[in-house]
Parts: sequence; structure tokens; C-alpha cells
Amino acid sequence: MDLRFSPEENAFRQELRSFFRSAVPETIRAKVSENRHLSKEEMVTSHKILHAKGYAVPHWPKAWGGADWTPVQHYIYTEELQYNGVPQPLPFNVSMCGPVVIAFGTPEQKKRFLPRMAALDDWWCQGFSEPGAGSDLASLKTTAVRQGDHYIVNGQKTWTTLAQHADWIFCLCRTDPEAKKQLGISFLLIDMKTPGITVRPIQTMDGGREVNEVFFDDVKVPVENLVGQEHRGWDCAKFLLGNERTGIARVGYSKQRVQRIKELASRVMAGDRPLIEDERFREKVAAVEVELKALEMTQMRVLAEDRHRKDRLPNPKSSILKIRGSEIQQATTHLLLEIAGPLAVPYQADSDDAQFGSNEPPEDLEWAAPAAPAYFNYRKTTIYGGSNEIQRNILAKAVLGF
Amino acid sequence: MDFDLNDEQRQLKDSVDRLLADSYGDLAQRMGYMKEPKGYKAALWQQYAELGLLGIPFAEEHGGLGQGLTETMIVAEAFGRALAIEPYLATVVLAGGVLRHSGNAALLEELVPAIVEGKLTLALAHQERQARFDLADIATTARADGKGGYTLEGEKAVVLAGDSADKLVVTARVSGARADRSGIGLFLVDAKANGVTRRGYPTQDGQRAADVTLSAVRVTPEAVVAGPDKGLQVLERAVDEAIAALSAEAVGAMGGLHELTVDYLKTRQQFGVPIGSFQVLQHKAVDMLTALEEARSMAYYATMMAAEPDARERRKAMAAAKVQIGKSARFLGEAAIQLHGGIGMTMEYKAGHYFKRLTMIDMAFGDTDHHLRELAKMGGLT
Ligand SMILES: Cc1cc2nc3c(=O)[nH]c(=O)nc-3n(C[C@H](O)[C@H](O)[C@H](O)COP(=O)(O)OP(=O)(O)OC[C@H]3O[C@@H](n4cnc5c(N)ncnc54)[C@H](O)[C@@H]3O)c2cc1C
Repeated sequence: MDLRFSPEENAFRQELRSFFRSAVPETIRAKVSENRHLSKEEMVTSHKILHAKGYAVPHWPKAWGGADWTPVQHYIYTEELQYNGVPQPLPFNVSMCGPVVIAFGTPEQKKRFLPRMAALDDWWCQGFSEPGAGSDLASLKTTAVRQGDHYIVNGQKTWTTLAQHADWIFCLCRTDPEAKKQLGISFLLIDMKTPGITVRPIQTMDGGREVNEVFFDDVKVPVENLVGQEHRGWDCAKFLLGNERTGIARVGYSKQRVQRIKELASRVMAGDRPLIEDERFREKVAAVEVELKALEMTQMRVLAEDRHRKDRLPNPKSSILKIRGSEIQQATTHLLLEIAGPLAVPYQADSDDAQFGSNEPPEDLEWAAPAAPAYFNYRKTTIYGGSNEIQRNILAKAVLGF
Repeated sequence: MDFDLNDEQRQLKDSVDRLLADSYGDLAQRMGYMKEPKGYKAALWQQYAELGLLGIPFAEEHGGLGQGLTETMIVAEAFGRALAIEPYLATVVLAGGVLRHSGNAALLEELVPAIVEGKLTLALAHQERQARFDLADIATTARADGKGGYTLEGEKAVVLAGDSADKLVVTARVSGARADRSGIGLFLVDAKANGVTRRGYPTQDGQRAADVTLSAVRVTPEAVVAGPDKGLQVLERAVDEAIAALSAEAVGAMGGLHELTVDYLKTRQQFGVPIGSFQVLQHKAVDMLTALEEARSMAYYATMMAAEPDARERRKAMAAAKVQIGKSARFLGEAAIQLHGGIGMTMEYKAGHYFKRLTMIDMAFGDTDHHLRELAKMGGLT
């Protein structure tokens, strides 16, 4: 056991750091670290810059643009990317659908979808959840009925993140209504331009517009868009959800947010001294840092353990990362809210809310404007990707044997 | 000791609850009011007047109802449960409280009848950007003109209901350094007076506020609410009453949110059963209940102690109440969203609005940590 990084690994880190800082526009990175919304264009720009350098899908097999890195290198990559405020390459493409197609897809599907997915020439979204099927995903009702060379899809998905930008959606649909819950589900790739698809936005409580409802009304999907075996889509889903769990820890972003907390708290005065000099506040920041370090080390241990696992099923311990990663993200957004204090009260309506009149905050208060919305919005992190209650159920069963 | 409401109080509670249930039963109604010119429903304000709500704390000799803090608590709790957005706190409790505690009979006689009839709304223009939670931190200046009047100069931030108010009660420094406890005066300014500029905007919780710039604003001797000898003391009394009212409002919001959550747990089906059948969620709902009951107890305590003449004892009690309310509200609010899953995250559903209001209440007049620190500095409660 040697827990230090080697000189090569440190050099690798330096190389990534200087690339991220010089190649990805400062305006985009600042938005990420300040919890501001990115436009589609900004996300695509950043993704393509990474892709050109081979940094969008380094975890994919070499043949499909992967980098053949060691687990430690992957870890360093993720940490540096996040810590420098670089937007994550679109997770729906690179961490969710891509790996499923790689693991379960046909050679034709790989050739057709993977390059465009890696380059973000196509934007993908995730059509799993339904109004009646959240935690109990396997109770989903959207149907896909085989008719000759096509499936006819009917039903509704919901909470579909950024479906408004999407070219494609990967969906779980019920293909065998007779089979027991998990056994009659198939994993389908659906072109969002197909007639019969309607996207309706859902506004979140913070005012954001990142989720949608997606309706399917007799949508024709070619049979060649089925990934894996018919009725065995649940295998793909399980595989995908396990990957989602590890990505969700977001250690680097939390580290960056802790930095920002310290910077802002040294500027904001509480009485006659900066807030950071207030013992109680300072201790809370330090406590989050300890939690974050414990998470970081745990994440490295889970990665190391994964190397010895023979199956390709997700490590149930990644649920620990999801639980703690989300809770720490929420704690950091609350600390930012505390810093802003009464200055967090004004609501900066986005352009869609014109009825309230748009109001730009005074320039010197711009930092305070996203504090409350970010705190509200980050409540989602313990709900999505398998709620934290569901993660605890997984740990109870898979690790503790209850 | 008697925790029961008397007949009149029960009547008051019933009529406020009924009016608000009609006016705020559906979240869409609230969204509609937010789009009205004043940012709230002006017609409803008139109904509050008719019910006598706007006169509750003012003395009968000035045209008020001469009622007490318990009645204010009843109204505030109902407002919290309904998520009402009319500027009751700003007009009646805050600015109204300053007027009452100033003892300025001439101004009270002039203004209270108009307030009570719903013809005059007020806002307390006090908060400044640099001040955070220090009530004495005031950079806005009041320069004496030698004839009993003053000229105001400065900037106020996030003045609750500041963009719709007819008049502003402004805190300004007559003498002393920025955070000195002495030398603070209170001044009544017409919101449309020369030199007053207001930039209004919605707040995170669906209300409205304004940043107010005061530039060479003239105040006549008659419009001096309280002089620099006692401005801060008057302000503190009004703020303490506002903390009591906000505590009650928070309890109303927490009660509404808890009920909504428990109902949801009993109806939402996953895995073929109501999610409320999962014991881990039941326990969470029970912990929320505990948080709610603790908060209610401390809201009562705040209401009881808001009339305490000993300023130090009163401040300690308010700090204690604010700590409990903040703690309970955060726990209950976060848990409520979590137990709802995705639906709790949406603008279309009431839970998020409760959660946002509760979060903003914590930001008002000192957050949980601020009050914990203040209470500790005073040696704790006893
Ligand atoms: C911002 C956001 C973005 C999202 N993006 C996507 C997306 O792009 N694509 C997609 O498919 N989905 C997406 N989701 C959906 C997300 O995966 C679901 O919200 C999640 O699975 C929870 O389902 P639900 O909302 O129906 O809540 P429910 O399943 O109804 O859960 C309600 C509460 O009950 C608890 N609960 C449920 N079952 C149990 C149990 N057995 N034991 C203990 N507690 C339990 C839950 O933890 C939760 O607290 C998103 C959600 C959000 C909030």
C-alpha cells in the first residue's frame, strides 16, 4: 500500500490542469463555479473542446475514443475537471447511454451511435422515470408493441433532464405485459424527431427549467434501435444505474465550492470582522472539509476495489458515494446561502418569467443571487439517481445481507 | 397558565382561517396575486381591514383594536399556513410596531386610522447591504437642519414590501460611527417623496422587496418618528415582535407542510404499497412532527416574551425562539421535499413554496447561527 501519487501521476495532474484552465473558456468555468445555468451552446462548446483532446470519454474502450488510463488517472481526471469548473461531459451520453451501448449494443449500433455520442453531435436524454414509476422503476407502464420492423411506443416519461435540448432519448419500455415486472422491459433508443413525441417543461421550485415531461403517442421506433435482448432491458438499466451512482459523488465540484465558500466568507463582513473569522462558521466549513476528504478517500478505495471485481455489475458500495456525495453537496450550498444571508432574498427572475419584470442584481451582489436557488435546486441530489433511501435499501441488502 | 384561546380569539382564528382558505386554497390563486400590480391581492387587503386584522396591535385611542400579541400570533400562523403574501408583517408588525413603540401620539393619530382601514401600507426601510444581522449597523445619515427636521442620505437593501408601500419608516444615523448603538433616528418618508428611488423585485418566496436610494430626502419635524435618543430601542422592540410573528408564521408554514407530506405518504404508491408504509419514512415524518411541536412551543414562548420590558431578557428569548424555529424549519422543510421525491422539487406544487418561505424566514432578522451566537454571548437562556 502506498497512498501517495507517483511523480508521473502528479505530472499528469499538472497537464490536465493547465489544459482545462487554458482551453475551456473562463466564462463557462466561472458559471459552473458560481452555480449559474449554462446554455446548451456553452455545454456543447465545452464538451467539444474536451472531445478534441480525447477528454470527453476517456473511460470508454480505446477503440471508441477511450484513453486507456489507470483508475488513478481517471480519478485525477475527474477531480481536476470538476475542481476547475469544467462542465462534466454530458453524462447522458458518456456515462449512461454510451457504456450501455458499448456493453450491450451490436457492432452496427456501436458504429452508428458511439462516435456522435462521444462528440456530442447528438444530445441524449434519459427516459426512465414515469409519474407512477420513480423509485419503483420496474413498475413503468410505457409500452412498446412490436409491429413488423417497428415498435409502437405509447406512454409518458417524466423528470427528463434537458429533454428540451435532446436529439435522442434512451427509454425503458414494457415489451411483455405478461411477464413479471423486471422481465418484460426493453431498452430502446428513440429519435426525438419522430412524430408523436411531445416535450413539456416542468419548472423547478428555484425557477429553473431543467426537467420535462415527455409524451409518446404511437411513436414508431425501428427494431434495430433495441439495445440488448428484447425483454432484458432491465440488465442494461441496472448496469447504467450503477454507473450513475459513482458519477454522482462530484467530489471535485464540492471541493471547488468549499474554496468559494472560503473566498466569499473572507469578503463578507459579519459585524467588525469577516465571516470566515467567526468560529462557528469556520468550524462548519472545516467539518464539511473533513467529510469531503473521507468521501474522496472512500471513492478511491471503491475504485481500487472495483479493479478486483470480475463481474461488470456495479459495486454496491458506490451507494455510499452517492449518499455522502449528495449530502455534502447540499451542505455546501447551504453554507453559501448562510454567507449571502439577507442578500439571498431577491429573486432573479429568468427571461421566461418576464411577468415579474427582469431584475439584474447590482454588480457587486451578483455572487449572492444564485445562493438560494442553488440551495433549493440541490435538494434534487438526494432524490435523483436513485433516492438516498433507495441507496440505503441497496446497501442494507447487498452489503449487509438483510 | 392557559394555552387555550378565549372565545374571541377562537373566533378570530376561525374567520382568518376561513378567509385564507378561500383566497389561498389553490396555489394558482397565489401565483395570480403575485402578478397583480402591487405584487399581492389588493382586494384581499381590504378584507383584512374589514375583519379588523390591520388594527390588532394598535391602541384603541389611536383607532386600533387594542389587542395583544396573541392575536398577532393567530394571524401570523394563518398567514404561514396559507402562504399569504400581503404585507401584513411590513405594515402592521414592523413599521406599525415602530410607530407604536415610538409613542409618537401625533403620528399615531394621523396614521393608524388609515392603516386600520387598509388605505395606507408601510414598509420598514432599515436593512443595509453591509449590515448583515446587526440592527445598529446603519450607514444612512440623517443631517439635522437646525429647525427640527432632517435630510436623509443613503441606501437601503431588500426592504420588504418596499416597492408597494405608501410610506417608509427609515432608520438613519444622526450621529456616531457606523455600528454605534446610539445616534439612530427613525423617520417617516413618503415613498414618492423627492429623492426617494425604489427598485422593486420579487423575493425567493413570492413576496416583493425593494432597494431604496435616499438622496437629499427632506424630513419635516412632524415626520420624525423617534429621535436619536431612543431610535434603536424602538426598532429593537418592533423587531422582537416581528420575530415573534415570524415564528408563528413559520409554525403555520411548517404545520401546512407537514400535513401535506403526511397526506402524500399515505397516498403515493410505489412497490404496490403507499410509501408511508415504509417505516423509515414514518420515522422521518415523526421526527418532523417533533420539530414542529418544538417550534410551536418556542413560538408561544416568543409571543409571551415579546412584551417583556427587560430588553435583555426579551432579546434572549427572541434569540432562543429564532434558533429553534430555524432548526426545526430547515429539518422539516428539507425532509418534506425529500419525502415527496421529484414532485416536491416543482414550482407547481405547494411544498416547495413552503420550503422557500421557511428558508427566507431564517434569513430575516438574524439566522439560526446568528441568534445562537448572540444567546451564547448573553450567557445562555438562564
Ligand atoms: C431534478 C431531477 C432530475 C431528474 N432527471 C431524470 C432524468 O433525466 N431521467 C429520469 O428518468 N429520471 C430523472 N429524475 C427522476 C428521479 O430518478 C426520481 O425522482 C427518483 O427516482 C424518485 O422517484 P419519485 O420522484 O417518483 O419519488 P418516489 O419514488 O415516489 O419517492 C418518494 C419518497 O419515497 C421514498 N421511497 C420510495 N420507495 C422507498 C422504499 N422502498 N423505502 C424507503 N423509501 C422509499 C423516496 O426515497 C422518496 O423520499 C430526475 C429527478 C429530479 C428531481
